[in-house]
Amino acid sequence: MWSRQRGGLKPLRCGVEQLRCRRREREAALRKARREQQLVSKRLLRDEALEEAEEGCVAMIFGEAEIQQFLRLAQRGTEEKEREGALVSLRRGLQRPETQQTFIRLEGSIRTLVGLLTSNQALLQLEAARCLHELSHSEQSAVVEACLPATSYLLTYLSGHSSDFISPHLTVLEALGYALSQLLQAKEAPEKIIPSVLGSTLPQHMLQLLQPGPKLNLGVAVEFAWCLHYIICSQVNNALLITQGALSTLGLLLLDLAGAVQRTEDAGLELLACPVLRCLSNLLTEAAAEAVGGQLQLRDERVVAALFILLQFLLQKQPSLLPEGLWLLNNLTANSPSFCTSLLSLDLIEPLLHLLSVSNVVSVLVLTVLCNVAEKGPAYCQRLWPGPLLSSLLDTLAFSDTEVVGQSLELLQLLFLYQPGAAQAFLQQSGLQALQRHEEVAQLQDRVHALQQTALHG
Amino acid sequence: MQLPPALHARLAGAPGSAEPLPVERDPAAGTTPFSFAPRLVRFPREHDFFEDGDVQRHLYLQDVLTQVGGAPERPRRPSARVPEFTCQVAGCCQVFDALEDYEHHYHALHRNVCSFCKRAFPSGHLLDTHILEWHDSLFQILAERQDMYQCLVEGCTEKFRTSRDRKEHLVMRHLYPADFRFDKPRRSRGPAVPGAAEQVLAEALGDDRVPSEGDAMEVCSEHVEPSPEPAGERRAYSHRCLTRI
Repeated sequence: MWSRQRGGLKPLRCGVEQLRCRRREREAALRKARREQQLVSKRLLRDEALEEAEEGCVAMIFGEAEIQQFLRLAQRGTEEKEREGALVSLRRGLQRPETQQTFIRLEGSIRTLVGLLTSNQALLQLEAARCLHELSHSEQSAVVEACLPATSYLLTYLSGHSSDFISPHLTVLEALGYALSQLLQAKEAPEKIIPSVLGSTLPQHMLQLLQPGPKLNLGVAVEFAWCLHYIICSQVNNALLITQGALSTLGLLLLDLAGAVQRTEDAGLELLACPVLRCLSNLLTEAAAEAVGGQLQLRDERVVAALFILLQFLLQKQPSLLPEGLWLLNNLTANSPSFCTSLLSLDLIEPLLHLLSVSNVVSVLVLTVLCNVAEKGPAYCQRLWPGPLLSSLLDTLAFSDTEVVGQSLELLQLLFLYQPGAAQAFLQQSGLQALQRHEEVAQLQDRVHALQQTALHG
Repeated sequence: MQLPPALHARLAGAPGSAEPLPVERDPAAGTTPFSFAPRLVRFPREHDFFEDGDVQRHLYLQDVLTQVGGAPERPRRPSARVPEFTCQVAGCCQVFDALEDYEHHYHALHRNVCSFCKRAFPSGHLLDTHILEWHDSLFQILAERQDMYQCLVEGCTEKFRTSRDRKEHLVMRHLYPADFRFDKPRRSRGPAVPGAAEQVLAEALGDDRVPSEGDAMEVCSEHVEPSPEPAGERRAYSHRCLTRI
């Protein structure tokens, strides 16, 4: 279930070091693009792929007549090879925006494509899925929007097979999810597209495709999890998603992910973890998430256990995703005495402290979560004490990052307030000296002085 | 990062939440110059917080697209070749030399087949609905007096008086294309003409001779009476039990 079905490896044309260098360049280009709000640009996705795939061949621009010919051949050709060939040619042409425009304007073209996507010939279905891939690369929203009506129908057709998915169906599903995710990423999506998606059964289909179990396919789940993320972070109507069970489905999926990372070395689970963490975190901020009712809420302590297993996994595999995991932990613990208690009773404070050395962003988040626990009062601080917390705090006070130090000071105030003996122990461990180095820092000095007073005079 | 061994057991254990320790706040907590208060945090789509994850996602997509875009002329055939064999379903003579192709074929054409009219459907649910609406005389009687045509989308509880009303609902509410269909009619021609199903499908898409009620679940308007002889399909069997009531 969790293995990715990927095609064969590309032949290695250059050394490993060159590949790494290449990847760093690509990463830098993507970061730059995102900062310029250009990450949605399909050109970024296409340029690399085109260069490598086409190797000098330029895709042709096809006119109406040619497209019609290809579609006719694909639909009604007698020879299987002929039909596939027609679709391959069409796909090549669809790499050009001009051909894409012509295609969607041609009456019946999408309909024919949908028919081929549900063909009983596996290879035709695969090629049709590739055509859909091409269309979803379009810069022009009109093209991608033209595919939207087909999605609901296709999902009904494909989910009918959910008892045992076969390979071409999975490919079509994945292509569909990808196309949808591109559509949902568009700038105009929150006003134009997301409301109509929310008004259809697409969200229910998506959630169904994210149900953990033997039928869950990683590639498909990744695409639809990203779709959900784009919908949720656009904040159009998240309450509706919650009533459809999004919190419990995603919560169960998180549990499943944690189980999977323990079992397999397989690369790729972080691709699913990221959007799931984001969806859960954002959904938890909705008022509907706290509504009385139980069923739809996220209360299960196993979620905390799962999250820590994932944090450990991310620390190894993708440390840049640690902030997202800790963001979820913050939203779980902020207003929940129950989850704070779980952190304590499951002995998770020490593992949390281990993350303090990863990065400044991570440290601030760790300290924030600890503050969430400590601010609940003496019963909680008691369980935080003694343990390694004090020495960790003394370490963070040695950081130069103002935000890290600031958050440490907040935590110290809470500990001094609720835990008798904390101030004393702090003094004994040269806490005052640790505070001194920040006495002149504008954002910190008031808090430093306050703590010095408390430590010395109680 | 060492996790306590009991944690994995907890994950595998029963659902449940911790009984919370008593909460007791001091008003002095988080007061000037301090400011901490627990806060739910939400990030909108363009927030910088998402930069790392977004970049990783796009790197992955670039890799995938290179593979998809660079697909060879002849799509890969992952399944092993075997000596040619014929589909064993009565009346079907399709020949295969790869197991995956056969699996796909069987799934598409033989898996959920109506034993009365031989149409194939993509799912058990759609087949059940078809049998109910087309081969169940009780349904027809009831349909004269009440809304019997159930929406085809699982989870939607709407019912309609006519199949045309239902079709309109599917198009308007569930964004179905105006001329969708799910059934794959029986092959009217001889054996193993590749694309026969698509041809009938294609014709029906633009076909005006389908009567005014025409929609995805029917090709012609006649109703077929349940056949007396036992059918191979289990659904037909359970259906026959129904009509005896």
